[in-house]
Amino acid sequence: MNNFSYQKVSETADALDQISKCNLTQIIAGGTNIIDLWKYNLIQPKLLIDINGIEKFKRIQQTEDGGLFLGALATNSDTAYHMEVEKNYPLLSRAILAGASAQIRNSATNGGNILQRTRCYYFYDAASPCNKRKPGSGCPAKNGLNRMHAIVGTSEDCIAVFPSDMCVALAALEAVVHVVSSVGKREIKFSAFHRLPGNTPEIDNNLQPNEIITGISLPPEGFAENYSYLKLRDRNSYAFALVSVATGMKLENGLIQKIRIVLGGIAHKPWRVPEAEDFLIGKNPTAVNFASAAELILKDAKGFGDNDFKIELSKRAIVRNCIMAIHPETLRPGAQPSL
Amino acid sequence: MKTSKQIGKPVSRLEGNLKVTGAAKYAADYNESDLVHGYIVNSTITKGKIIAIDESSARKISGVIEIYSHTNRSKLPWFDILYTDMDAPPGTPFKPLYNNQVLYNGQPIALVVAECFETSRYAASLLKITYEEETFETELMMRLAAARNPKKGMATSIKPLPPSPTGNFEEAYEQADAKYEGEFFHGAEHHNPLELFATTTIFEGDGKLTVYDKTQGTNNCQIYIANVFGLHFKDVRVLSPFVGGGFGSGLRPQYQLFLCVMASLELKRNVRVTMDRAQMFTFGHRPQTIQRTKFGASADGIVTAIHHSAIAETSHFEDYTEVVVNWANMLYPAKNTLLDYKLVPLDLFTPMDMRAPGGSTGLHAIEATMDALSYELNIDPLALRLLNYSERDVSADKPYSSKELKACYLQGAEKFGWSDRNPEPRSTKRGNRLVGTGMSTGIWDVIALPAKAKAKIDREGKVKVTSAVTDIGTGTKTIMTQIAAETLGISISDVTFAYGDSKMPLAPIQGGSYTTGVIGSAVKAVCTALKKKIFRQAKKMKHSAFKKVKFKDVVFEDGKIFLPNKPNSAVSIKSVVIDNEEKVIKTSKTNIPNLLKIKQYTRAAHSAAFVEVEVDEELGVINVTRAVTAVAAGKIINPKTARSQILGGMIWGISKALREETLTDHHLGKYMNTNLGEYHIPVHADIHELDVLFVEENDEIINELGSKGVGEIGLASMAPAIANAIFHATGKRINKFPIHFDALL
Repeated sequence: MNNFSYQKVSETADALDQISKCNLTQIIAGGTNIIDLWKYNLIQPKLLIDINGIEKFKRIQQTEDGGLFLGALATNSDTAYHMEVEKNYPLLSRAILAGASAQIRNSATNGGNILQRTRCYYFYDAASPCNKRKPGSGCPAKNGLNRMHAIVGTSEDCIAVFPSDMCVALAALEAVVHVVSSVGKREIKFSAFHRLPGNTPEIDNNLQPNEIITGISLPPEGFAENYSYLKLRDRNSYAFALVSVATGMKLENGLIQKIRIVLGGIAHKPWRVPEAEDFLIGKNPTAVNFASAAELILKDAKGFGDNDFKIELSKRAIVRNCIMAIHPETLRPGAQPSL
Repeated sequence: MKTSKQIGKPVSRLEGNLKVTGAAKYAADYNESDLVHGYIVNSTITKGKIIAIDESSARKISGVIEIYSHTNRSKLPWFDILYTDMDAPPGTPFKPLYNNQVLYNGQPIALVVAECFETSRYAASLLKITYEEETFETELMMRLAAARNPKKGMATSIKPLPPSPTGNFEEAYEQADAKYEGEFFHGAEHHNPLELFATTTIFEGDGKLTVYDKTQGTNNCQIYIANVFGLHFKDVRVLSPFVGGGFGSGLRPQYQLFLCVMASLELKRNVRVTMDRAQMFTFGHRPQTIQRTKFGASADGIVTAIHHSAIAETSHFEDYTEVVVNWANMLYPAKNTLLDYKLVPLDLFTPMDMRAPGGSTGLHAIEATMDALSYELNIDPLALRLLNYSERDVSADKPYSSKELKACYLQGAEKFGWSDRNPEPRSTKRGNRLVGTGMSTGIWDVIALPAKAKAKIDREGKVKVTSAVTDIGTGTKTIMTQIAAETLGISISDVTFAYGDSKMPLAPIQGGSYTTGVIGSAVKAVCTALKKKIFRQAKKMKHSAFKKVKFKDVVFEDGKIFLPNKPNSAVSIKSVVIDNEEKVIKTSKTNIPNLLKIKQYTRAAHSAAFVEVEVDEELGVINVTRAVTAVAAGKIINPKTARSQILGGMIWGISKALREETLTDHHLGKYMNTNLGEYHIPVHADIHELDVLFVEENDEIINELGSKGVGEIGLASMAPAIANAIFHATGKRINKFPIHFDALL
């Protein structure tokens, strides 16, 4: 860990001012990912800007349109257990609680969650080639250990996966990311926030270097009636998703009126295929129909060896999770209800 | 309170409070005022030579004191024997910083010493190392053709090579009515005790060192350091009063000890070197192993033919061996056997003992094969074991010193409710989940070794017993205190067991489940010797009631000596000590096992595990919902700490069967999931109902205590029982560990 300067700020303007000071600045909030990256010598910031003093970023409050605004500095735990979230956005609550561990969730913030880096083994090993960490150096995962890697949206340069659970639910809820810079405020649709790797895998998302996330807003629709989050992983807690599915559904007269299906653990961003959702509109919520939608969602999927199983598993997980959205808990895998 | 019965009581760990309050100091917790810190630099290539190390940027960092590598290390001996520790396999031990050769990925190649830890770590990241790379192979499956017999050495006596073939396997297998042929594989696993390897060396001057080290053997490290650095044994004191888990990783001195001591001697300063978690993957590990079995049985279920072969990895410099294939014929008395064990050298560090080394590996293949055979024969898996039960070890043609495995089978089955089982695979469902049950046998040998202990009693009646042995978290301190208290007939609160210090009486490394038996016997022996000395003193007292009494005729109880039929003969031990001129009575004793006697027997602990799994077949999700392990391990000194050992072993079994593996990128020749986020061991959510029972087992052969040790036996039977339960649930036999949920898709 290199020597660095540390600046604590309590106003947004101060934070923006500090970011512009040099190009090796790093904002720290919960620090649950930054400190790892730093200790592994993957980042070497010269100036650390601690934004934990900006109180207004910690708020969770209702918006004028009947939605909910989640401050960037509200912790994952505070968000998951917030009364409004539990009541109106239980899908988000479930997804957050499926991630990390209690200790990490207590420290990790909402803004940090959506900015977390991939967990690819090669990305974390400074001695290995990795196009995301060192553009042009290569991608050993394609022919190497890729159990955790992507099956959709991959590129020649990168098959890394975005590891968040929370963001899978945020994508299903069609959240909006609010950012601010010295030139003003901006809103980014959740689907446009994270990027596919393409030939610039070093860029995870569309947040600009001079911008700070202030919060995430949720629209009024929270799918509180019919929702489910299913996470499949190598142990029952504290493991990243190999495949996860968030489903939010609205039924009318027994038919699907509206549905959102988003997958985690299989792509460089939460994976949503609107075409599959459109296919389900007006249809019966049956396993057969969900299986057809799953085919559409995975139609371009491609495995790299270790992760071939994810293609079939994703399809089965979609079907199971959509059924669970209608029949909560009855079909949940695991000895005890696990998330 | 009667003090005569301390053995068998569930005494809570005596040091537990220190551990949970953070007062217990581990090797990296000794903060001397002028301590400097070393950070280890590891090779990033797998094989080749170091051409150059550019230290210029690192040396510019303020606070950097020195950088050591092969170019400027201390002058060191080159004789292998001086680097050979108590657990060294045959071959040439690894010598850190010895020359420019890189033998494996992660090899320590430099040490950066700085005023603080962060500076040393940062400066280490600035070293620019140029290598000349050579081709390498780290994948066992790619080099099976190179398999060869292991070299014999010191370790062979404890880890015997497979017995010679008996009968005619090929013919018997050909004629068998039921057969199963299986191939089994597991990759490398790393010990990952919670406490990171660390050494703090205090430079005392006059050639003296005090070394706080994470180890499972203080004397082992003392001897190693003295030999390698040419110091007098008595000048090197190694302490390890608390050890945050070992599992075998501390059986050999690890390289941070070498580097820390070298830097301390060079700089004449106090130095600490701590590994980080990734560095915990740069030394010994459980080896990749491939096994093949062919078992044949007659239609009535008698196993007639056993073939079991294993090929395991080792390094190019040492021949690490395990006992993998010897167990089947110890358990099942087939007359036709063919057992084989071979090694393949790879460009990796030498493997090393990891909890139930070889046993947990071999039993997976043996017990899954027995299970498969039971379905071939349409005989209940437990009934098949009972049909082939042997009171005698036919593989060695010896009786067992004791063997209550049958009681394990029956009591375990009863507790688990085995008889309720529908034998048909895929027959039982709970909701949308398949339910399966499986069982397995466990076996682990009992090792006898000499050990020394000292004991003294003071005028307050307080007894101090000492041994250099460590307590790696197993409860050794508590158990030894119980043994001493019972032997002397005094209260536990009057006994202090001091340990973890090489200045104390010589102890073997703590492993192999033998510490309770070996050190416990020495403690019992020294306390018996102390009693005799106290008794001799008591006889000398004025008006002593024991003038014409023999030692064997008196009783030591409640801190008193008396004749059982004459209660008023009682005299307190304390008064005897006070009567003694020195006001203290002390003695020492080396306990040497009677090898002539014990070698006439096969000595082993046994277990039987019964497991229930639930499988969501569509998604592949597997959960071990409940398990019972019944253990026959002789006398259980402390049922509480023993139960914890078995529970730990069972959880490790869940880990081994379903979770744990070190992922190796064989193109890069390196381990990739070198952190506890990606090296998956079970979490609370993975562990459900676990139950342990100990069956009565009296053994008067193995040692003075009749105790067999419980460190490994809980693991040995667990993992195969899980694999067998998964078969029963799903009809799928998965022979590759760990069984990930996608194996069932």
